[in-house]
Amino acid sequence: MTLELGLNQQPAHLRQGSSIGQPLTRRDGFLKVTGAARYAADNHPPGMLYAVLAVSSIARGRVASLDIEAAKAHKGVVEVMTPRNRPALAMDPDAKDHPFMFRLDLLQNDEVRYPNQSIAVVIAETLEAATEGAVLLSPRYEELPARVGLDDAESFVPRGVGVGNPAVQHKGDVEAGLKSARTRIEATYETPAQYHNAMEPHAIVAAWDGDRLSIDTPSQGLAMAQGRIAGLFGIAPQNIHIRSPFLGGGFGSKGMISGPQVLGVLAARLVGRPVKLVLRREQMYGPVGHRAPTRQTLRMGMDGQGRLTAIDHHAKTASSTFDDFFEPAADASHTLYASPAIATSHEAVRLDTGTPLFMRAPGEATGSIALESAIDEAAHACGMDPLEFRLRNYAEVEPMTGKPFSSKALRECYSQAAKAFGWASRPLQPRLMRDADGFLTGWGVGTATFPALMFQAEARAVLRADGSGLMETGAQDMGQGAWTAFAQIAADGLGLDIDQVDFRAGSSDLPNAGIAGGSGHTATAGMAIHNAGAAVVAKLADLATENKASPLFGAGNEGVVARGGRLYRRDDENRSESYAEILTRAGLTEVEGRGKGAPDPASQETYAKHAHGAVFAEVKVDPDFGQIRVTRMVGAFAAGRVINPRLVRSQYYGGMIWGVSFALHEEAVTDRRSGRIQNANLAEYHVPVNADVPSVEALLVHEDDPHINALGIKGVGEIGVTGTAGAVANAVWHATGVRPRRFPIRIEDLLA
Amino acid sequence: MRDFSYLRAGSIDTARQAAALPGAMLLAGGTTLIDLAKCGVAQPDTLVDITHLKGLDRIEIGEHGATIGALAKMSHVADHADIKSRLPAISEALWQAASAQIRNMATIGGNLMQRTRCPYFRDPANFSACNKRQPGSGCSAIGGVTRGHAVLGTSDACIAMYPGDLATALVAFDAAMHLGERKLLVDDFFLLPGSTPDKEHAIEPGEMITAIEIPGSAAARRSTYLKIRDRQSYEFAAASAAVGLELEADGRTIRDLRVALGGVATKPWRARAVEDALKGKVLEPEAVRAASQLSVEGAVDHGANHYKIELAPRVVARAILKLGETA
Repeated sequence: MTLELGLNQQPAHLRQGSSIGQPLTRRDGFLKVTGAARYAADNHPPGMLYAVLAVSSIARGRVASLDIEAAKAHKGVVEVMTPRNRPALAMDPDAKDHPFMFRLDLLQNDEVRYPNQSIAVVIAETLEAATEGAVLLSPRYEELPARVGLDDAESFVPRGVGVGNPAVQHKGDVEAGLKSARTRIEATYETPAQYHNAMEPHAIVAAWDGDRLSIDTPSQGLAMAQGRIAGLFGIAPQNIHIRSPFLGGGFGSKGMISGPQVLGVLAARLVGRPVKLVLRREQMYGPVGHRAPTRQTLRMGMDGQGRLTAIDHHAKTASSTFDDFFEPAADASHTLYASPAIATSHEAVRLDTGTPLFMRAPGEATGSIALESAIDEAAHACGMDPLEFRLRNYAEVEPMTGKPFSSKALRECYSQAAKAFGWASRPLQPRLMRDADGFLTGWGVGTATFPALMFQAEARAVLRADGSGLMETGAQDMGQGAWTAFAQIAADGLGLDIDQVDFRAGSSDLPNAGIAGGSGHTATAGMAIHNAGAAVVAKLADLATENKASPLFGAGNEGVVARGGRLYRRDDENRSESYAEILTRAGLTEVEGRGKGAPDPASQETYAKHAHGAVFAEVKVDPDFGQIRVTRMVGAFAAGRVINPRLVRSQYYGGMIWGVSFALHEEAVTDRRSGRIQNANLAEYHVPVNADVPSVEALLVHEDDPHINALGIKGVGEIGVTGTAGAVANAVWHATGVRPRRFPIRIEDLLA
Repeated sequence: MRDFSYLRAGSIDTARQAAALPGAMLLAGGTTLIDLAKCGVAQPDTLVDITHLKGLDRIEIGEHGATIGALAKMSHVADHADIKSRLPAISEALWQAASAQIRNMATIGGNLMQRTRCPYFRDPANFSACNKRQPGSGCSAIGGVTRGHAVLGTSDACIAMYPGDLATALVAFDAAMHLGERKLLVDDFFLLPGSTPDKEHAIEPGEMITAIEIPGSAAARRSTYLKIRDRQSYEFAAASAAVGLELEADGRTIRDLRVALGGVATKPWRARAVEDALKGKVLEPEAVRAASQLSVEGAVDHGANHYKIELAPRVVARAILKLGETA
């Protein structure tokens, strides 16, 4: 018998957890540093073949010919999969039943709609033979002109942006607000296309056994991947077993199963043997998503006291020609700054690229760098310190909706980070600070924000007669530390020391843990774990308190406390009994409980739920060369309860460094004639190296949120990107007096 | 990738002979060659491995200069105490090059054989036109993405930038390379693209770089390598300068000056016009800045790389003035 607790139901008994809040090191750390952690591509089932993608050179047109004979004649090549012999699918890869079903390129025809689109798969005995086989295909094309820039195609207003938000929203009268303003600013900012570039490329090892399918592949959402593959192949989801114990980063690009991963499954089907397919780095620039470019125009009006009278945020972005994902950049202006009038709007074009997708802080990152730059420009126009200006326009309720915040410790973030940074001594005007070596020095601030999302998750808990516990949920560890944080929640949920807990995750045969995305995994799967623990402990408590032989008899479910593998009477802690004693007396080897995690619909209606933060950055710029270096950053973040401060800091560091990357480094550079990306490698697609981030500090600001969920968890995975990018850009302005409006900021932008 | 034969050479002579055969290439650290083979630019039939040859990794340094074996690792040379003290520009150029991992693998001889990072050159699958790869096929870079391309020494056939740091420092100090039978100035080893960009090096079949010889000089002792780029490490130069300076006994008149530019030209670019303009003159900022402008005389931009023409003279001037400040 299992017991299921409802959504976020408070457990009847009180637990006094001790694992939550501990700065434990990663439980999987030893496996990772010794190389024993098995990533998808480390698997080699017997008889496995290697598949290599042949990808399109052109951006648009059709494949006119492939030299299949030449490829098949190459020693070691077993088969070449093309639209002619690709196994049938139960579903059109171009079908779209719901907004989160993205169209895939699965060799359905000879059409080419972006560079690096899969046009064939070569399957061989060795990786080398498959690689050479793909070269020998020597594709010929009928090519059409590529549409590559935001001005290269007709613009339209998308039906929805991001996860389905309206493309155009407003409250109040923005034009009237601007008209009544004492001071106005208007500025346009451009952000480039960026690619996720997880260290681990998308990889899959697929093996069929009749209609049963076994898969090793990195996935941020096992159940969704399982469902998608089941739909495509017309088999039952439970016939598909996906293992994804470790991801070498995902950042959104592994949220949905991608076309190349499904092609690995198709290849295995075609040859009747297990197949491994691993993308080459340059093949990740197309079929696995990216962050779309944006051009954003902000208009703001301020009254005589520096209070915003209007914010108008318009964003132009791009999707592919064949599917819809629209970077919701302007929506960043919904939540941060109080204004009687706010308007946000989006327009888009369709380009010959792969479909853009969620990339760490989708919308928030692009929107934040523009909004935070514009807020800085507005502060300067009012002659105000940028921090004071932000405080003057502090939103006590969510500006767009008027809802109260479930919690918001942003003021504390500003004050703690400003103090740690030494902001008070900042001169108001730019280009006034120089260091001993003559470098122009600038300080900038940005506000960080990210919604506190929850999805749906389930977990299963077991307490065993030997005193140990088991917690199962198909959670995904992308490197963020899920193996550790969830084990901590599980230990407290079960009332056990963490060493007594067997925590299982990363496999589709476990309860559905939902998606590791939207910074909502810890809250969602964490609540499922918490509730499953509560359920199984409640069952154990029933066994004890209803049995006359127990010292807990008569205490009732609410009268006991679970801790360290024992139940204690709440009113008399001298009376207790171990889990083992309770189960042994009951003649049970184990008891089981199940729990769910999901947002509480009532509090969703009532409250605006966001994490917040403040980031301060110092840059130094060589006055002759325009060479920019970020010399230090201090961020302070409030995101509800911290499960593991070490891992949370690590998430903030990673996010802040990503923000530096956004401001100064990342850009996919496209050849306008061919539509091809010319820096599709990690030597020339730049992200910061260690020397680019010499000093990063992340302060954890205490925040109790009684409304968000029983554990009080928001999310920390993406917020660090927001705020930081703007802080760096604003610091560059403060150092040089040059306002960056095109990102990344480069040497030539500052050469006076 | 294509199959190839692998040969472990027993001696320098057998290596040279084996590498002279059509389709054969020498393999040392492999940091360039393996990369080029992966992207389809290099298609060797035979790799002649020379990494185990004895005696080719020696670093000898004295009053008259330094001799560095072709198999010495970049990291070893960069960290060598006497190189640091007597040839600081060489050490500085090396440790600012590539990444720590690459420097630990790559050899000095192989470094000089490093080829351009022009993305069109490196992408034969998608850009068939490249005069460097296929003489007469055209240049895909012209009219394309050019932010990293050369502004000096270009031709209608090729604008590919020479990306290395070490060679820039070597040409500043008149270094020569041992090619077996003959010695050749490093400056003469690198060829301008002209109408034959496929011919990059003045090296003949059967020749192999065995050592680099750097003459000692007062200017080499008082030298520096200044590299400017968007990222602090693991990036090719936006512009760089190798500079050496010798002052007269008065401590202010320039007796000898060496200037070479990196990151802006199709080969390591000796800026003799700057040297000639300043030799015999008093070292003072205005004169240095004016003379440094001569370093980009004749420069031609292709749009996005225009900034290099602005940047390079500033880098040269800063490097000269910085050396002037040191005792």
